Amino acid sequence: MNIPDGLYFTKEHEWVKIEGTTAMAGITDYAQHALGDVTFVELPKKGQVLKQFQLMATIESVKAASDIYAPVSGTIVEINAELNSNPGLVNQDCYAKGWVAKVMLADPQETKNLLDPAAYKAYVEGL
Amino acid sequence: MTVPETSSPVQSTPLTADHISRGARMAPFAGWNMPIQYDGIIAETLHTRSAVSCFDICHMGEFLLKGDPETCGLEHLVTARLQDMPSRSCRYGSILNEKGGVLDDLIVYRKGPADWMIVVNAATIEKDKKHFQAHLKPGTDFRDVSAQTGKIDLQGPLSRDIIKAIAPAATAIGYYTFIETEVLGRPALVSRTGYTGELGYELYVPAQEIPELWKKLLDDPRVKPAGLGARDVLRLEMGYSLYGQDINEETTPLDAGLEKFVDFKKDFIGKSALESKRKTGTTRQRVFLRTLSRRSPRHEHHIFVDGQTKGIVTSGTFSPHLNCGIGMGFLENIPAARALNISVGDDKVQIEAVITDKPFVKHTSLKQ
Repeated sequence: MNIPDGLYFTKEHEWVKIEGTTAMAGITDYAQHALGDVTFVELPKKGQVLKQFQLMATIESVKAASDIYAPVSGTIVEINAELNSNPGLVNQDCYAKGWVAKVMLADPQETKNLLDPAAYKAYVEGL
Repeated sequence: MTVPETSSPVQSTPLTADHISRGARMAPFAGWNMPIQYDGIIAETLHTRSAVSCFDICHMGEFLLKGDPETCGLEHLVTARLQDMPSRSCRYGSILNEKGGVLDDLIVYRKGPADWMIVVNAATIEKDKKHFQAHLKPGTDFRDVSAQTGKIDLQGPLSRDIIKAIAPAATAIGYYTFIETEVLGRPALVSRTGYTGELGYELYVPAQEIPELWKKLLDDPRVKPAGLGARDVLRLEMGYSLYGQDINEETTPLDAGLEKFVDFKKDFIGKSALESKRKTGTTRQRVFLRTLSRRSPRHEHHIFVDGQTKGIVTSGTFSPHLNCGIGMGFLENIPAARALNISVGDDKVQIEAVITDKPFVKHTSLKQ
């Protein structure tokens, strides 16, 4: 199970990487593995304003459709349009090329509601 | 995001340990701990249609039965006509309750004039057994050999090349026929049947010989294992029904689009109910759907016609061969439904779709 340092995680298996005032988000290795082959990602819209843990995107695999929640509050400033033609990037490289959206961070304090890598690792091992 | 939960498994096949050692993802299916995927559902689906895959199908049930079909009552149990089946042929049919509801779908193997094997679904073995025993003439030789019978499906355009090496006598058999022959030097039954729509064989051998056969098949680098995930995509791409999902005791062969597997010229359990339904007409029809995107219809999605719920999806998935979602379901009897504005979905999403014909994937190796 790949859980990189420097990221924050949710119990719903999203990750977020904070870089200054922007936050890049996606789903974790645990999540992509559980879903299996990803066939479609319904991306959020640029300019969309989301609250922490609100529905951000929908992801479909061969087996099922699942919701992706915003790990932090903010405005969507960029989406990974590459996923429209190649949703399998989520399986191949979930922490880099398979990112879902970038958010302009509304409240940097919200990271206190998230898990650090050690806490997420312990959480996943307990599932 | 929400990760689907799994519950605890029940029974293991002779290959469960092997699947786990190969890194297969396991999940409970019909009370069995089964491999869902090895490399990935899409890769396994593509490999089956382009090369050859093997599937662990040991969970399915097998019954042996002896008797003239008319006298022992077998003809009266199954919707398909059995009397005229040549020896060493297979026939697909159903067993029904008195209301015409499908208790199970099955394949009948005629081993000789009065010698039969019936292959049934895993989840319905006990129910089917009771039904057969209740309706066969008392004293009929009927045995449930599911536990001691193992089954591996070998499916794909290259499957004949593989069969040539392990059961040479089976190389020449025709579609929906079988041969009792030797596999790896031991008695076995090999039929030219399957659930993928490709050229393929189903191999029935004693359960204890399954691990050796599995290993032997996989020794050939052209053969890869495939799980139930790929099996589900492959059968849906052909428009084949899955019992318990697309058909059940509440559906009849008429509304499930399986009328051609019913012989109304003979008598069988459920016939009078089906005949009166034929007179009054069914209230719903089986439809096959293709989405206009990479989004997939899902089990229990609504089928909307002009935004109004008019039906339900029974099975759906993504087709890697068509690059879109596919599915089947039941739609109210609406005239010229194909011309209407169709979508599938739930309270959160509506996915544009069209009604189409099965099979979704055409020109396969099935009858080559």
